[in-house]
Amino acid sequence: MKKAIALLLALVMVFALCACGGGDKGTADNGEKVVKIGVFEPASGDSGAGGKKEMLGMQYANQETPTVEIGGETYKVELVYSDNGSDSAKAVSAASKLVNEKVSLVLGSYGSGVSIAASDTFKQAGIPAIGVTCTNPNVTAGNSHYFRICFLDPFQGTVLANYAAKELKAVKAYCLGENGNEYDQGLITFFKQAFEKAGGTVVTDSFPKDNSDFSSYLNKAKDQGCDVIFAPVSIAYSTQLVSQAASLNVAIPFLGSDTWDDNMVLQAAKGTSVQAFVSTFYAEGGNKTFDDGIKAYINGNADAKTTNGGDDTISAVTAMGYDAYYVALEALKAAGSTDPAKVMEALPGVIYDGVSGHIAFDETGDAIRDTAYIKTIDSATNTWKFVTQQKAS
Amino acid sequence: MEFLVAQILSGVSLGGQYALIAIGYTMVYGILRLINFAHGDVFMCAGLMMVFMCASLPVYVSIPLMLVLTVLLGFIIERAAYKPLRSAPRMSVMISAIGVSYLLQNVALYATGGQPQTYPSLPFVSGTVTILGASTHWVTVITPVLVIVLVLLLQWLINHTKIGMAMRAVAKDFETSQLMGIQINKVISVTFIIGSFLAAVGSLLYFTNYPTVIPTSGAMPGLKAFVAAVFGGIGSIPGAVIGAFIIGICETLIKGTSMTVFSDAFTFALLIVVLVVKPTGLFGEKATDKV
Amino acid sequence: MLKAKDKEARRGNLITFAIVLVLTLVTMVLENVMSPGSLLFTVIKKGAVYSLVAVSMNLLNGFTGLFSLGQAGFMLLGAYAYAIFMIPDAARDSVYYLFEGSSIHFSFQEMFQHLFGATGFGGGVSLVLGVLVAIIFAGLIAAFFAYLIGLPVLRLKSDYLAIATLGFAEILRAIFQWQTLGKVTNGANILKGYPTFADFNITNASGKVLFRLSAVVPILLAGICIFLIVLLINSSYGRAFKAIRDDEIAAEAMGVNLAKHKSLSFVISSFFAGVSGALFAMFATTVQAKVFTSAMTYEILLIVVIGGIGSVSGSCIASFLYIACSEWWLRFLDNEAYIGAFKVPLLRNGFRMVVFSIIIMIVVLFFRKGIMGERELPDLFRKRPKKAKKNVVEEGKADE
Repeated sequence: MKKAIALLLALVMVFALCACGGGDKGTADNGEKVVKIGVFEPASGDSGAGGKKEMLGMQYANQETPTVEIGGETYKVELVYSDNGSDSAKAVSAASKLVNEKVSLVLGSYGSGVSIAASDTFKQAGIPAIGVTCTNPNVTAGNSHYFRICFLDPFQGTVLANYAAKELKAVKAYCLGENGNEYDQGLITFFKQAFEKAGGTVVTDSFPKDNSDFSSYLNKAKDQGCDVIFAPVSIAYSTQLVSQAASLNVAIPFLGSDTWDDNMVLQAAKGTSVQAFVSTFYAEGGNKTFDDGIKAYINGNADAKTTNGGDDTISAVTAMGYDAYYVALEALKAAGSTDPAKVMEALPGVIYDGVSGHIAFDETGDAIRDTAYIKTIDSATNTWKFVTQQKAS
Repeated sequence: MEFLVAQILSGVSLGGQYALIAIGYTMVYGILRLINFAHGDVFMCAGLMMVFMCASLPVYVSIPLMLVLTVLLGFIIERAAYKPLRSAPRMSVMISAIGVSYLLQNVALYATGGQPQTYPSLPFVSGTVTILGASTHWVTVITPVLVIVLVLLLQWLINHTKIGMAMRAVAKDFETSQLMGIQINKVISVTFIIGSFLAAVGSLLYFTNYPTVIPTSGAMPGLKAFVAAVFGGIGSIPGAVIGAFIIGICETLIKGTSMTVFSDAFTFALLIVVLVVKPTGLFGEKATDKV
Repeated sequence: MLKAKDKEARRGNLITFAIVLVLTLVTMVLENVMSPGSLLFTVIKKGAVYSLVAVSMNLLNGFTGLFSLGQAGFMLLGAYAYAIFMIPDAARDSVYYLFEGSSIHFSFQEMFQHLFGATGFGGGVSLVLGVLVAIIFAGLIAAFFAYLIGLPVLRLKSDYLAIATLGFAEILRAIFQWQTLGKVTNGANILKGYPTFADFNITNASGKVLFRLSAVVPILLAGICIFLIVLLINSSYGRAFKAIRDDEIAAEAMGVNLAKHKSLSFVISSFFAGVSGALFAMFATTVQAKVFTSAMTYEILLIVVIGGIGSVSGSCIASFLYIACSEWWLRFLDNEAYIGAFKVPLLRNGFRMVVFSIIIMIVVLFFRKGIMGERELPDLFRKRPKKAKKNVVEEGKADE
C-alpha cells in the first residue's frame, strides 16, 4: 500500500514536471500572429502601488495600439504579466516565468532592486529588458541587455540637492531612507555628495523595514534644525511621513524622489499644510492628447480607477509605462522579427519621441535625459502643481 | 527639551499600544502555553476591517462592528486552528499559529490588491494637542489612560469573577482544573475573545497614530508585544503592560539617536538577555519548564 | 533476523539512490534538450537549495527536538560569506560603488586562478575549487556564529528557544544592513557579480553554451550535503540526538552529554544552513540582507512540517513540491481566466497565495504527520511481510 502511494506520488511528480515543461504554445493562436511583451512589475509588496500604476500606462498603450507591424506582417501584442512582489528573492522566479512564456522583450521594473536581481535571468535567456523607472545605476551598468528610458539616481540626487540648496535655500538637510533598500540608500548618497558640494550639511538616518512610527525621525529633524527632509522612500512610507508630519506640526518641507509622485501622497496631505517638492519624469499637462486619453481610460474602467488610487491624477510612472510600451514597439519594428536576439541588436538604435520627452540610448543603455520635473503639492486644490524643469548643473 | 518630551510622549503612546497586544499574548500563553503568532495579524486585520467599513459606513457604526468582527475572528481562529490540536505536541500548535498568520497575511494581500490602505481619521482622537511645546495626536494622551482603565477592568475580571477564577485555575494546572469541572474550551474561548478585543482597541489607537495599513503591519508590533510579555513575565498582565511601556519608550529613544538601525534589534537583544538572565521576567511566577 | 533486516535496508537504500541518480540524469538531459528558460529548472534549482536548508532545519527540529527559528539568519551569514569572498576584485568597485570600493581584496576563485590559470580547463578547475572552498567557508562562518549564539540560547526550551533564535536572526540582519560596515557588507546594497550556477555551463571560447550543467550542480551539491546529514543521523551522534528529542532526562541518565550534543546539533545544522545560504546566493544571483526575513524561516518550517518532522526524504520531497506549487503550478490562479465567455470569479493577483496558505493549513490540521511522517524513502521500498511488521509493532510496544 505504502509502496503504491510512493510510486504514485513519484509518477505524478515526474508527469507533472514533464507535462508543464513541454506546455509552451507557439506564437500562432487562431491564425493571428502574436508577439509577447513581458511586464515585469510588482503588483504587491512595498512598491505594489507604483508598479500597478506603471502597468496602467502599458495597458492603456496596449489598448490604444494593440498591433504592430513586424517585417511586413501584423502581429497582435500580448502583455504577459509577472508579479515580482517587490522582493528580490521572488524576482528570479518571476523573471523565469516570463522567460518560460517566450517573451520577445521585457518591460520593467518599478524598483531597482528587483530589476538587478532579475537581470541575470534575462541575460542568460538572451532577452532584452527595458527599465521603465528603475533609476539605480547598477541596473544597466556592465550589461548589454538592460536598457532604460528614465533618468538615473546620480542625476536625480544632484537635481534635488541643487534645488534644495538654490531654490529652497536649505543649508541643513535630513535624509531618511529605509534600511536595506538599494534605491533609498543610493539616492541619499548621491544627494549627500551634491548637497555637501553646494555647501550644505547632511544628517542621514534610516528606519527598519515595515516601520510605521516616524515621529522620532521627524522630531529629530526638527530638533536638529534641518531646513528640508529628503526622504526617497516608497509610497507606503511616504504617506506615513506626510500624515505624521501633519500631526506633529513639523513644518519642514519634504523633498521627495520619483516614488513620491503618487496620488496617495496627495490623499495623505489632504487638509494639511505639509509642503513637499518631488522630482519626477512627467508633469500633467505635458501632453494634452495623452492626458485626456488616459483620464478617459481611467474614468471609463472601474478596475483601472481603483488601481490608480480612486481618482484620475496621472502619475509620472504611468506616462513612463506608456512610453516604454511604444519604445518596445519601435524596437520590434526595427528588429523586423520577434526573436529576442534581433530585438536586442535593434534596441540601441531606437529613437522615440514620447510624452515624457525624447528617448535615445547611450552606450551603457541608459536614456540620454537631462531634465527632471519638479512638482509640489498644491494644498488648496489638493493636486500636484508643476514648479520647474531642473537640469543637473 | 521639546525633543525629549516629544520622544517620550510618542514612546509612551507606542508602549500603550504594544501593551494592548501584549495582554493577548500573555493571557493565551498563560493558559495554553502557546505563542499565538497570529495575534499580530489579527491586529492587522482589525485595522483593515476598519478601512473597508469606513468606506461605506459612518464611524460610530464601524467601530463597534469592527470590535465585534475582530472578536469573532479571534474566536474562529481558536476553534478552527488550535482546538483540534489540543492533544498534539506544543510544536504542532505553534506551527498551526504560524500557518494562520501566513493565511491572514495572504488574505489581506488579496483583499487590498497589494495597495497600502489609508486608515480613516477618527473624530477627536485624530486631533492635535500641544504638551510642553511638543505637539502630538490626542491618541498619545488617551492611550495610556485607556490602557490603565482596561487593565484595571481586566484585573477585576480575573480576580473577582467566576470566569476569572476559572482562568486562573486553568493557567495553574490545565488537567486538574478540567477534573474539577471547569469547561476548558469555554475558558480558552473567553481568553481569545478578550485578547482579540484588546488587540482591536490597540489597532484603533495604533493606526490612528500611524495611518497606513499593509498586510505585514501586524508582524513587527506582534513580535515586539510578545517580547514585552516575556520581559514583564509571561502570564502576568501588569508585567506585560509595564514591559510594553518600557519597550515602547526604549524603542523611540533609540530611534532618536544615530543607532536607529538597531531599534528592532535592541528589542530582541533585550529579550535574549532577559531570557538568559531572568527567564521569569520582571513579575513572572516561578516557572518550571522554561530553563 | 538482523541480517535479513540489514539486507532489506540496503535494498531500500539502493533503490532510493537509483531514483535520485536517474532523476539527476534526467534533469541533465532535459536541460540540454528543452529550452533552458523553462520554469522547471528554476524549480529544480530552488528546490534543491530549499531541500538542504529544510533538512538542516529538520536535523534540529525533528531529530534533536530543538525548536529553532534562526535558519534565515544562518542562511544570511552563508550567503554573505560566499558573496563577499567570491566577487572578483575587478568587479568590486562597481558593486561597492557607494562605499568607494571594498576593503576586502580577495576572492577564492582568483586565488585558485593564480594556481591553475583563468581560462580553459584551468579556469574550470579554479571555478569548481573556488566555489567549493567558498561554500565550506560559508558553512564554517555560520557554524562559528551558531556556536557563539548557542552558548546562551541553548539553555532555553521549546518556544523560548524559538523566539530567541528568531531574535538573533533579526539582529544579524540589522548588523548586515548597517551602513557603517558598508566596506565589507555593502550595507543596504545588492552584492552581485560572483559565480552562480550558470557559470558551470560549459562554454566555448566565444561564450556559446556547449553543455548545460546549471541545474545539476545544485542537485549535486545539496545531495552531497544531505547525504552527509543522513550519515550523521545514522551514527551514534544521531542516536544521541534522537534520545534527547524523545526524553532529555532519560538521555542524560544514559550518559548523553546534553549541552555538548545540543550544541553539536545546533552547530552542524547551522553549518548546512550556511551552505544552503551560499547556494541560495548562487541561485538568486544577488544577495541582499532584506530577503532573509523571519517569513523565510516560516516558509522553511512549513516545508519541514509538510514533509514530516523527522523525515529527511520528506523534507526533500516537500521542498520540491512546495517550490513547484508556489512558483509554477498555482501561478495560473494569479491571472484572470475565462472559460468560454464566463469569467472565473476570484482569480486575480494574490489568489495563488491564498489558496496555497489554505492548503498548508489543511496539511497542518488534518495531515499532521505530513507526507512521510517519520519514515524515509528507503523504508517504502522495503519488502516487509505482514507478519514481520506485526512483530516489529509488538516489539515496539514491549519497549514502552
